[in-house]
Amino acid sequence: MNQATTANGASGAAYNEDIVRKFILAATFWGVIGFFAGTFIAFQLAFPALNLGLEWTTFGRLRPVHTSAVVFAFGGSVLFATSFYVVQRTCHVTLFGGKWLANCIFWGYQAFIVMAAAGYVLGITQSKEYAEPEWYADLWLAVIWVAYLVVFMGTLMTRRVSHIYVANWFFLAFIITVAMLHIVNNLTIPVILFGGESFSKSYIWASGVQDAMTQWWYGHNAVGFFLTAGFLGLMYYFVPKQAERPVYSYRLSIIHFWALVFLYIWAGPHHLHYTSLPDWTQTLGMTFSIMLWMPSWGGMINGLMTLSGAWDKLRTDPVLRFLIASIAFYGMSTFEGPAMAIKAVNGLSHYTDWTIGHVHSGALGWVAFVSFGSMYYLVPRLWGRARLYSLRLVTYHFWIATIGIVLYITSMWISGIMQGLMWRAYDDLGFLQYSFIESVEAMHPYYVIRACGGALFATGSLIMVWNFIKTIKGDIREEDGYVAPQSAAAE
Amino acid sequence: MKHEIFETKTVILAIATLITVSIGGLVQIVPLYTMDQTIEKVDGMRPYSPLELAGRNIYVREGCYLCHSQQIRPFRDEVERYGHYSLAAESMYDHPFQWGSKRTGPDLARVGGKYSNAWHTAHLIDPRAVVPESVMPMYEFLSEKELTFTDAGSHLKALRMAGDPYTDEQIDEAATDFMVQATGEGDVDAVLTRYPKAQIGDFDGSSKVTELDALVAYLQMLGTLVDFTTFKPEGEMAR
Repeated sequence: MNQATTANGASGAAYNEDIVRKFILAATFWGVIGFFAGTFIAFQLAFPALNLGLEWTTFGRLRPVHTSAVVFAFGGSVLFATSFYVVQRTCHVTLFGGKWLANCIFWGYQAFIVMAAAGYVLGITQSKEYAEPEWYADLWLAVIWVAYLVVFMGTLMTRRVSHIYVANWFFLAFIITVAMLHIVNNLTIPVILFGGESFSKSYIWASGVQDAMTQWWYGHNAVGFFLTAGFLGLMYYFVPKQAERPVYSYRLSIIHFWALVFLYIWAGPHHLHYTSLPDWTQTLGMTFSIMLWMPSWGGMINGLMTLSGAWDKLRTDPVLRFLIASIAFYGMSTFEGPAMAIKAVNGLSHYTDWTIGHVHSGALGWVAFVSFGSMYYLVPRLWGRARLYSLRLVTYHFWIATIGIVLYITSMWISGIMQGLMWRAYDDLGFLQYSFIESVEAMHPYYVIRACGGALFATGSLIMVWNFIKTIKGDIREEDGYVAPQSAAAE
Repeated sequence: MKHEIFETKTVILAIATLITVSIGGLVQIVPLYTMDQTIEKVDGMRPYSPLELAGRNIYVREGCYLCHSQQIRPFRDEVERYGHYSLAAESMYDHPFQWGSKRTGPDLARVGGKYSNAWHTAHLIDPRAVVPESVMPMYEFLSEKELTFTDAGSHLKALRMAGDPYTDEQIDEAATDFMVQATGEGDVDAVLTRYPKAQIGDFDGSSKVTELDALVAYLQMLGTLVDFTTFKPEGEMAR
């Protein structure tokens, strides 16, 4: 087998692990903030008094705080940490550009997060979903991102092994594509150029239908490349590592990679079905979204089948359980996604909570779980500990978070489909059966259930924090190890 | 074909990836700028007046788009509930667009003229005072924030750079037009000539010009500009 198919790191090179530790701590911190922010705004939808009547605490201002905290602050920090860890281990060299440049990226990115979040609370936003930061923060991020590309590509180019490992293809595609999306979607004209009083305010260069298309080309591929391609890089390194098995199929990895990066970028228009976007664009978006099912499941199979011959480890290794469950959630949400991209289905699901549920099955089940698994793998190694403080706590985290996700997704399925059906329901006399506010009222119990699901998920992350603190301190909890039950044949 | 070149040459892998991810966007976005049919030819569309623009900026700032769409789909129930389906032309001066992606609250594409100014004022200050089941936040603070928009001309200049057909006169008079439209005092006819169908006058019932005035002015003009008596649908929509 080709050496590039195994994820073995080499010894010898002095890797920059300090930067990985920093980003892991940042990811843990922002994860907790982002999960609790999400839980809080979920409760706001159930109990509007929680908006507190203050301008800084309305749902409208806090929602981008939640999305940016989980996607860019938590997810981004995980991607920086893991890509820097993986690229060094699989290239057998330390990071290109030295410690100084890596630290600039760390502090620069953290500053971007603070700049963006402070802006949202104060009402500074472009109102483009997942691209809310205004022009000054966008420019700042663009500089950081170029530095990231230089460090990552520089490390690949100075590598001491012949082949570039699969995980790095995905990391590289994520970095390049996010740069392209970020720059094009944020082309904007600050009013300060024309003597305006506001430093922060700008007007997006594009308008209306063209802006809508550009935004969802960006928005869907923030999912496709930030939350998928990047995290597939994690899958291709940490799953084989934790399972101690090679990636199932190298050939499938190649097909997975090229098909995914080619097809994903076309899927944006499925966010704009039946809108003023021309039909030809909608049809293209739908077609490619359905085709996207193939590489997504190809990748899922490649990840799951890596466990061939080692399935028993799921019983004894809760870290691996996080990783494998994440791939299962990935398969589920990448099946649901193409289904929702079909225009007839989208006619019902669009504008409803179903979309919110779909996003969270991917974001909580896939992105967060693969991150948790990878972080549990990394923390003992980065701090030189024999093992995690407690594997039992990992199991508690896993089940509490899983129950949270199930409550979240199922309540949003029910509320979303109910909303869609109520909006289009007619009575016997041919009148609309429900006023809009009746559909709002009907959502209340599901909004409560969803918020409780979120609270469970957030609570799980606190267990992880405790486990990390104890592990980093060097404590080991006295507990019985997990033992695989003996099969009848072995007795 | 040898895939090895992508596995061993970093720059080739990077360039091949960039080309691969560029294609979809180029095919889907560029023609929207070059094809004439993308935006319908309609009568009545005009750029926002300074007061409406100020209101729109507040709408953006408060994240209203997170719960309210401005895009009516061509379905029987939506057209009956909200009005004529949305046209691309109706958001041609929207930088950025506000179509939204979620309806926690109802669509607002044609909310203009459906409720009185007094209703909007009461509703924004305390939504549950008029709609008990509402889950919308309270926006009382808007009524306490005075608004002057003395740099309205700079905003219009930025929008003109982005393609909106503001005239020199509109830019020069922007700050004045803002106050005239918000108070009804001054050369109202000039404002109406520059911005046909603009709603004039105090909106929130208080003597000061506040952010609430601007937001209500914006809401009251949403979806009211296009003259549907002269609009002829094309293609599939004509059937």
